[in-house]
Amino acid sequence: MELREYDLNMGPQHPSTHGVLRLKLAVDNEVVLGVEPVLGYLHRGMEKLWESLTYHQVVPLTDRLDYLASLSNNLGYCLTVEKLAGIEVPGRARYIRVVLAELQRLASHLAWVGFMANDIGAMSVLLYAFEAREDVLDIFEEYCGARLTLHGIRIGGAVRDLDAPLVARIRAVLGKVPDRLDDVRALLDENRIWKERTVGVGRLSGADAVAHGLTGPALRASGVPWDMRKDIPYSSYDDFDFEVPLGANGDVYDRYLVRLGEIGQSIRIVRQALDGLPDGEFAAKVPRVLKIAPGEAFHTIEAPKGVLGFTVRSNGTDKPERVKMRSPSFINLQALDAMCRGYMFSDVIGILGSLDIVLGEIDK
Amino acid sequence: MPEDAADRTGLDGILEALTGRFPGAVLAGAFERNELSVRLAKESLASVLRFLKDEAGFNALEDIAVFDNLGAAGGDGRFTVVYRLCRFPGALRLRLAADVAEGASLPSAVPVYRSADWAAREAFDMFGVLFDGHPDLRRIYMPDDFEGHPLRKDFPLAGRNGGA
Amino acid sequence: MTPFVADVLIPVGKIVAVILYPMIMVVVMIWLERRVVALMQLRLGPNRVGFQGLAQPVADAVKLFFKEDIRPRQADRLLFNIAPVLVMFTSLLAFAFMPLGEPVRIGAYTLTLWIAESPVGLLIVLGLSSISVFGVIFGGWAANSKYPLMGALRSVVQVLSYEIPLGLTVLTVAFAARSMDLVEIVRRQESSGVWYGFLMPVSFVVFWISAVAETNRAPFDLPEAESELVAGYHTEYSGMKFAYFYMAEYAHMVLVSSLVVNLFFGGWLAPFPSVPALDFLEVVPGFVWYLVKIMFFLYLYVWIRATFPRYRFDSLIRLVWKWLIPLALLNFLVVALVRYLR
Repeated sequence: MELREYDLNMGPQHPSTHGVLRLKLAVDNEVVLGVEPVLGYLHRGMEKLWESLTYHQVVPLTDRLDYLASLSNNLGYCLTVEKLAGIEVPGRARYIRVVLAELQRLASHLAWVGFMANDIGAMSVLLYAFEAREDVLDIFEEYCGARLTLHGIRIGGAVRDLDAPLVARIRAVLGKVPDRLDDVRALLDENRIWKERTVGVGRLSGADAVAHGLTGPALRASGVPWDMRKDIPYSSYDDFDFEVPLGANGDVYDRYLVRLGEIGQSIRIVRQALDGLPDGEFAAKVPRVLKIAPGEAFHTIEAPKGVLGFTVRSNGTDKPERVKMRSPSFINLQALDAMCRGYMFSDVIGILGSLDIVLGEIDK
Repeated sequence: MPEDAADRTGLDGILEALTGRFPGAVLAGAFERNELSVRLAKESLASVLRFLKDEAGFNALEDIAVFDNLGAAGGDGRFTVVYRLCRFPGALRLRLAADVAEGASLPSAVPVYRSADWAAREAFDMFGVLFDGHPDLRRIYMPDDFEGHPLRKDFPLAGRNGGA
Repeated sequence: MTPFVADVLIPVGKIVAVILYPMIMVVVMIWLERRVVALMQLRLGPNRVGFQGLAQPVADAVKLFFKEDIRPRQADRLLFNIAPVLVMFTSLLAFAFMPLGEPVRIGAYTLTLWIAESPVGLLIVLGLSSISVFGVIFGGWAANSKYPLMGALRSVVQVLSYEIPLGLTVLTVAFAARSMDLVEIVRRQESSGVWYGFLMPVSFVVFWISAVAETNRAPFDLPEAESELVAGYHTEYSGMKFAYFYMAEYAHMVLVSSLVVNLFFGGWLAPFPSVPALDFLEVVPGFVWYLVKIMFFLYLYVWIRATFPRYRFDSLIRLVWKWLIPLALLNFLVVALVRYLR
């Protein structure tokens, strides 16, 4: 009996691939020879839709891109429109946006660690992480009425002010999250089985990561210190003191550590923002019918998944001429093939998980 | 990074280097909103990108965006393809634009920037822009047998065939 | 006592009891697993159907009973149908040799709480446990589909590899008890005063790890890993056939727990027999002690499942061949030496 390679299909319905993603794997016994992602199962024609909506109407739709971090999408889009239209965002609004964006990063990373652990078999971690996430989602619910698709960041600022009771609640949650995180760390960090499945798996060197266009925590886990919040600061991020966690080996374990480190840093940033919240308006006055003179603007932010960019082109009307979204998960997923080659079939799940992709963002 | 490119850390230096190295290719260069925007003749794209990556140190291709200029006056072609390059560390940004006519093709950026692969596929899928030298140019979002290119201005929002 | 009662009625009664006993334990396990895992995960688990959700397994059984029995067109009919039966059958049959408690005196008659006592009872139980692997192979192969096949292959390699340390540690117990008769082994633990689990802790630990791997339970549950192969070797099964696999897995767990208890923890014996202050423990019947002990090990199964991530397949195999087998061999040699010198 000869061993031959065969093709294995994973998805699009599969308990593991995070969304409707289809992976075509070429496998030789248990070793992966190549991975080809097939996309488009969640393609909703967002960019086409946006051309028929006003600038304000586009904001709720951006929620549905990376639906685990909707405020980040809102922020990316609004910053681009503000750059294009020359809208000045008041200081308080900028700080509120930072608070919201970092809380969103917290929620996104907690969801990520839960799903990642669940894929590898540590089911309980999923629930511990989600319990912490519930507290953050409760804050969002109080703030803007929704838990997942929030559009709490609007053109010109935020949807609402952060009043004292809400600030107090946020501080309380910031105190609770580290405890839950410690539970998760106790179960995983030094766990022999976890380490066997993540250390040395899916390695990508810094140079390769850059060559593949990787951004976000996956890139930083390979040792490359690029973070838009530090390199091209936006929304007053340069006012805050925080570190950017870096990894050394670029394997799944390092990506895990980097994201957990980012949770800690997010908590730090939110505390600083709440402490230094300036007085003023929570949003600039932006006309209901926002007409922008012809031009083009591009702006990027550091979303939880990577560098999220929007290109907005205006034509003088109240509807954009074209909105192009630079999706971090889309670019990151291209590196999956290089990361998986030579590893075991069971590792594909772990490596895919460590990339932290969201199909809403990939497929638009 | 060779010494001469290391001296020209500013964007004006880059523009100068480009016009010097590729005379005739650079059609226009402007500074808009702290970013250098260069219009190129499409034939020179491959070599310009190679120069920018290897010698000027633009190590990241952030985005490839396509704009449909249907109905707009002027320009060398229906589509404008915009490459957004970035140099890290230091975060210098460069916008390269090239016009391409309908049915014509552009040199592919994939040999220079690997991350251009799927972005080019998306451009092809949504607009029908062709890329020479792309390893695998086929649709990425729409089904393989789909006819038409959805993001073109003349493609209806509700789709053809009754939106089925 | 008439011959009819003694030779026909009682054995038939025992057979019925021995079939019912694992079935009831399976029902208990279904509830235990879901409830305990849930509580460990900070959620409630099924608590609506019946008091504290105790009727949940009944609801599950009814649901599975009414599900459509689908057979993929390309599946091999015979093997597809035999596989679940084989797995179930071997697990249940092994219970015939399991002592569940002390013999009970009813008047002049001594009722033994086992169907058969064989001088090689241990061997038979292990042999039957190995045959159940065939059910897994048939299931994975017959479905004629890639995922189940991969699951079946993994399972085969896993079970075969872990049989070795299992066998080696069981042998150490046989050495200590000078017998392979399960009843005899428990009696020896009674007479020697110390349970083999404390006398040979290494044997116990290696046996337990191997047993968890034999039953395809977390962290060794690759063959049915939900997030990787959908459901492994029983992906293509539905309805009652799936229920058979499901129940057979729990029955196997109960079997293995019984084995652990009988081999290493004194079967039906009460703890601390030599401590006079704790003599009241002797009042509790042996059967109850036996149940308490296996409940502990079943709980341990569930606890481990809720806590650990899953071993990747090659790590699993590396663990057994590089660590467990050498350890078991060494342990075996030590025990043999000690026995020889005694």
